[in-house]
Formats: sequence, C-alpha cells, structure tokens
Amino acid sequence: MTRPGIGFIAAVVSGGIWGACWMIVISVIFMLVSGAITRPPVGIALLAGVASAAVLAATMPSQRTPGIQIASIAAIIVLLGGLTLGAPLGLPLSQVPLYQLVAIAILIVLIWISNRLVIGDLSGGSLPRYQLELMFIRMMKGLGFVVFTVIVALPFYVMVMTSLKSQQSLLANPLDFSIDLSQGAESLFRSYIELFTQFRFGTFLINSAIVSVATVIITLAFSIPGAYAVSRLRFPGQAFLSRSILLIYMVPAIVLVIPLYAVFSQIGLRNTLTGLMVVYPATTIPVALYMLQGYFRGLPAELEEAGLMDGLTRVGVILKITLPLSLPALASVALYVFMIAWNEFLFAFMFLDNIDIFTLSRGVVSLNSSEVPRQHLMAGAVVATVPVLFIFLWFERFLVSGLTAGSVKG
Amino acid sequence: MAKREMKLAYVMLLPTFAIVLAIVMGPLLANFWISFKPVQLGDLRPASLITNERLRGDAENAGDAVAIEYRIRNSSRDDTIAGAGFTDTLPEGLTPTALDERCTVSGQFLTCELGDIEGGFRDRIRIEATVEPSYLENALNPRDSRPVITGTADNVLTNFEFSLENFRRVFSSSEFWHVLRVSMYYTIFGTAGALVLGLFAAQLLNTTFAGRGFLRGLFLFPYVAPVIAVAFTWVVLLDPFSGTLNSILQQIGFIDSPVNFFGERAVTINLFGLQFDFPVALSTVIAFEAWRYFPLSFLFILARMQSISSEMYEAAEIDGATPLQQFWYLSLPQLAGILAVLFLLRFIWTFNKFDDIFLLTGGAAGTRTLTVDVYEQAFAVSNLGAGAAVAVVVFIVLLTFSLLFFTFSPKDEA
Repeated sequence: MTRPGIGFIAAVVSGGIWGACWMIVISVIFMLVSGAITRPPVGIALLAGVASAAVLAATMPSQRTPGIQIASIAAIIVLLGGLTLGAPLGLPLSQVPLYQLVAIAILIVLIWISNRLVIGDLSGGSLPRYQLELMFIRMMKGLGFVVFTVIVALPFYVMVMTSLKSQQSLLANPLDFSIDLSQGAESLFRSYIELFTQFRFGTFLINSAIVSVATVIITLAFSIPGAYAVSRLRFPGQAFLSRSILLIYMVPAIVLVIPLYAVFSQIGLRNTLTGLMVVYPATTIPVALYMLQGYFRGLPAELEEAGLMDGLTRVGVILKITLPLSLPALASVALYVFMIAWNEFLFAFMFLDNIDIFTLSRGVVSLNSSEVPRQHLMAGAVVATVPVLFIFLWFERFLVSGLTAGSVKG
Repeated sequence: MAKREMKLAYVMLLPTFAIVLAIVMGPLLANFWISFKPVQLGDLRPASLITNERLRGDAENAGDAVAIEYRIRNSSRDDTIAGAGFTDTLPEGLTPTALDERCTVSGQFLTCELGDIEGGFRDRIRIEATVEPSYLENALNPRDSRPVITGTADNVLTNFEFSLENFRRVFSSSEFWHVLRVSMYYTIFGTAGALVLGLFAAQLLNTTFAGRGFLRGLFLFPYVAPVIAVAFTWVVLLDPFSGTLNSILQQIGFIDSPVNFFGERAVTINLFGLQFDFPVALSTVIAFEAWRYFPLSFLFILARMQSISSEMYEAAEIDGATPLQQFWYLSLPQLAGILAVLFLLRFIWTFNKFDDIFLLTGGAAGTRTLTVDVYEQAFAVSNLGAGAAVAVVVFIVLLTFSLLFFTFSPKDEA
C-alpha cells in the first residue's frame, strides 16, 4: 500500500471517466448491433471504473502482481453486477444473452486496460508535476482516440447501415441497425438494386467518371507546362506569378456561378457535361500549378542542365527528366483534382437539368425528396462515396506526401 | 537565349491564362456588371419571334388549293422586337397564288417583314398556293424547312443601362446584417473548430503504434467523402424523429425530448441564473464544418510535427520540462507558422463555403450565410441582379480579409 496522494485522486478521476465513457460507447454499439433497447447505467459504471482504478493506484507500482490486476477486474465485475442487480447493461441477462455477454466482457476488459494504461508505472502517492501531467496526457490521448474514432466512424456506419434497412423499421427503432442475414442478398441490397435499375445510377456513375477523369487530364495538361515555366524559366512576372497563382483558388465559386450560369445559358453550354469539363479544370488548375511548381523547384536543376548540355530540347528535358522524377507529385495532384471533380456539387447542381447527364452529386440530390425513402438516399450516398474513398485509400501515401511536400515548407 | 526562354515560358503559361481568364476572371468582372443591372432569371432569354407553320387544306391532286399558315408571336409579354421577320423556303411544287401583304416571294424563297412588334404580339400569316405534280411526287412537308427568324430585342444583360437598385435592395433589407453576422460566426468558429480538432488529432497520431496507418486513413474520411454524402448522412443521423443520435442521447439520459438540430433556431439556456439563447442550428452546421475539415489541418499539422527534430524534446526532457510545458513552449511555437497559414486558408474557404449549409439546412433556422443568400436571391427569388449584388459583397469582404491577413501576418510564413 502507498499513502494516497494526488496521484491516487488523479487515477480515480480517470477511472471514473473511463468507466462512464466505455459504458456509453459499448452500450451504444451493443444497441446498434443487437437491436435491443437499454438505458445504460452510466453512473454505476463510473463507480466501477473508480473502484478498479483505486485498486491499482493503492498498490506500489512494483507490487502490482497479477493478483492485484485480477482484483482490479473483480472490482469492476462486483460493482457493475451488484449495483445493477445482475443487469450490467441495464437489461436482464436473459435478453439477447450472447450479445450481452460479449459486450459486458469487452466493457470490463476495456475499463481495466484503460486504467492500467493511464496509471502505468505511476504510484498513487504524491506525484511530481511531470508525472501528474503524464497521467493527464495519457487519459486525454485515450479519450481522444475514442472520441475521434466515434465521431468519424458513426456517421459512415449509419450511412451504410441505413441503406440496408427499410424505412418502417428505422422509424420504429432508430437505434436498430441489426442486419437480418436470413432475408437474402436481394432483399438486403434492395435499395442499391433499385438505384441502378430505376434511378439510373449506372449512368450517373459513368458521367461522374467521365467528368472527373477529363478534369484530371485537362488540369495536368495545362498545369504541367505552367508549373514548369514558373519554377524553372526566367521571365518578367515569374516571382509574382508563383506567389499569386493560389489567389485564384480563393475566388468563391458562388461569385462565379451567376455569370457562368447567364453566359452558359446563352451559348448553350449550361445543360451539358462539356460545360462542367470547362469549369472544373479552371478551378483546379491554379492549385495544381501551385503544388507542382513547389515540387519542380525541389528537383535538382543540375539534372536538367546536364540534359540540355547533352542536346535535349526543353520539351525533351521536361518529358524525359522532369516528369519521370515527379511521378509521385503528379499522382498526388491527379488524385486531389479527381477528388475535387468527383465531389463537386455547386456547378453540377446549377448546370445539369437533364437526367441523362446527371453526375453522382446531382443524382443524389434528386433523391432528397419526401417521395424517395431514406435508405435510397443513403444508398446513393454510399455509391457516391465508395469509389472516391477506394481510390483515395489506394493512393493515400502519394496524396499525403504530395500535398504536404509540395506546399508546406517552413 | 533569355529572350527565347521568356517566350517559351509565356507559351507554356498561355493555356492556363486563357482558361483562368475565361472562367474565373471574366465571370468575376461579369458579376460586377450584372450586379448593376435589374435582371431577372427570365431575362436570360431575350425576346424572340416564335413561328409555328402548318399546311391547311388537302393536297391530294394537282391543282388543289392549299394554304401555308404561319402562327407568329412574340415570346416576351413586355419587350419589343425591332425589325422582326422571317424567311423560309417553300416546298417545291407549291406555287404561291396570294400572299400576305407583309411577305414577298422570289422563286420558292419567302421573306416576311413584320417591322417592330410589341410584347404580347400574336398574328397569323397565310400564303395561299396551288399544288403541282412535283409536290405530290416529292411528298415534302412545308414544316421540313424551318423558318429563319430575324429581329433584335433589347437584351438587358448587354445594354448600357445601370442602376443601383440591387444594392439598395440588399443593404436596406433588415435581414442582410443578420446574414452577415451569421456568416462571421460560421466562418470564425468553423475555422477555429477545424484547427483545434486537427491539432488534437495530430497530437494523437504523432506517435508510432499498431493501427496508426488505419486510424490516419479513417480520420481523413470526412474530408475525402463527397459533401452530398456526408451532409445527407448528418441530416439522417440528426433527424428529430428517426435520427440515431437523438435516440442515443435519449437512451443515455442526456436529453429528455428529441432536439431538432437543423430546424431549431435557438433554445434558451439558463446557466447559473444567466439566460441566453443558444443557436442550435447554427452550432450544428459549425460542428459539421469542423468535423468535415479537421482532416485537412490534421494532415498539415502532423506533417509539420514530424519534421520537428526530436533532439529539442530530449534536451527539454533533461532540463525537466513537463509534457504540457513541452507542448506549450516547444511544439506550439514550432507549429505557429503552419497554424497561421491554415487559419488563413480555412478562414477564406469557410467564408466561401456554400454547399454544406445549403445541403444541411438550406439556410433556414438562422443559418443563412452570405453565400447561401446569393443563391436564394438569384435562383430562389429569381432576381439574378440582387444575387450578383450579394456576391459582390462576398467578394469585397473576402478581399478585405485577405488584405488584412497579408498586411499583418509575418512575411516568412507563406
């Protein structure tokens, strides 16, 4: 035993927070997965967390034997089971017992591990400021991981699961995302099948792909020579251009949309994919040029000079030396531009009226009406998200290094 | 040599200049132009003559008398068309016998001059003709050749009449100052929220552990996914009747009755006897903004953190600096540059943001920002001129901010 000091208080506070936090997280996941409804006993879980932390903090770090660890786990079990009268999740154990047992086991282990990680080898006695802060930071980091994972994953989970449910069952219990696998694949994926057969999402997918790929190609074709000129060639206005090109990217799209709408209506470009393929590159070229020129500048100029000496023309140097060296940057710019074009909403929404040429963004908006059930809207969102997410995860390395290397210096 | 290089540089930059001028700079100026014009959405199509041509009478035998009838009208109810008229080619084998007095025929070529016609003008023009055998053989329909319309109408977009009516309307409406204030709240808190979340997330992932790559990928999801997908997901998730979040909060006992996150303007909160109105919908869209854009600041801050040398921390460690002191006195000053740049960029982008609020609330419940107001004025109320005037305000506010930022920010950071 140690004499309880500030370290003990800190450990116990952290234990209480963990107890409540994990109870909320685990019982919500339990409800989402199993479809059962419960009112989680958060207060009791808080006490259980306090007790478990107290057991650990009350012993010297060197004396925390497996026996003490078991005592710490037992404290959770006893409090959680006893104070809730045998219903640790607020439900009698006879209801969905399998899900409950798994959830309770995970809950107990998580509370214990969190306490163990936070307290670590710190004693429960009086702690110097350094170690007290260490404990605080461990707790904050742990909570940060939980909170960030939840706020990012929950919406995407709801998006996917809603698309697999029916409107009635969601209205009956908005928490029930349990999947009934016995209904068969056709019934499970009904909203997707209907999107592609009745709502023409196949066409939208192709349109989006055409517009995005064309935007990438046009953007690269325009910005590679531009970026090379700005980064390598000397001409009046070079310094000004390299600094101010990004300003173009700051012009709000909403300011451009009225004149472009007016002009494109009069010259017949408004309700066409060509119109989008003109507007999108114009908005992405400045940022692509900026990213590329940052990368080109970082390439050793000696290589290019050697190429010039050996009789290559400028164009030859660009094609044979510069471009092969900057493949990572090109990939990241292409990916970034693809993302912008694929996700673009405003111009697609303003310009496209004809359902044959809807892009996915425009198509999903057309699902947002009271006549179309919610699961169709979410299925549309999934269809729009999956390709770009897939491509992104595939090329993530490029994107991250290219985005940050090209523009962030200093 | 230098001259050739210069020429080459200009040639290489030419396509970029051309498209940026055409799609960005041109419209920017055009927006100023439109903002001084009383132009409605319907005015985008100038008044024009509309003709509808049909054959009257049966053309079965040679010598039958038929008539070609043109119904003509002015597409606009108000605008005059000057020098209106049309030309058409009559089908071969129809010989005109009697003409309307406004028309002349040379060979098979018909020309009708109507002069200036008023708005709402309607009339018919009859050309009587006899059928000849060649017409029956060819089986041509008079409608096969479409009349060519002539005549010019005054186009409000291109004439030189200007008025300040749009600006007067914008600035005199009581809503404008509210919209401006909402824009500022949204921009400042949305930017700050995204930066703070990004800084926190970067702190979390600045150590190596199993699953770090997975978490980094996951944290970028909100930024990578299309705005329509995540915005509608939030709408579904926060729905007061069938939304998951309301159910969760109710089950945990956090709230008693469902909160209409995107529909409720404000709730009165009583805190220690102090009463104030908490803007629910505005806070929710700000939360969405912070949620959606924290990955961007997270990426940049993490990259910067990983380039800070660990020696500094080792030295601080030896000197006895606590973890929070290390963060406050070492990390933050090192990150100040990138934080300033991110704040500037995100501030401008958030101010420009239209899609998010438009999709989440449509500008209802006290969330209408300037950009949403542009859309509302121009396309919902169909007053293009007023919309353009608001867009001018957006641009000027933006320009002011940019100038302020560039004047007061240290030079070495960009």
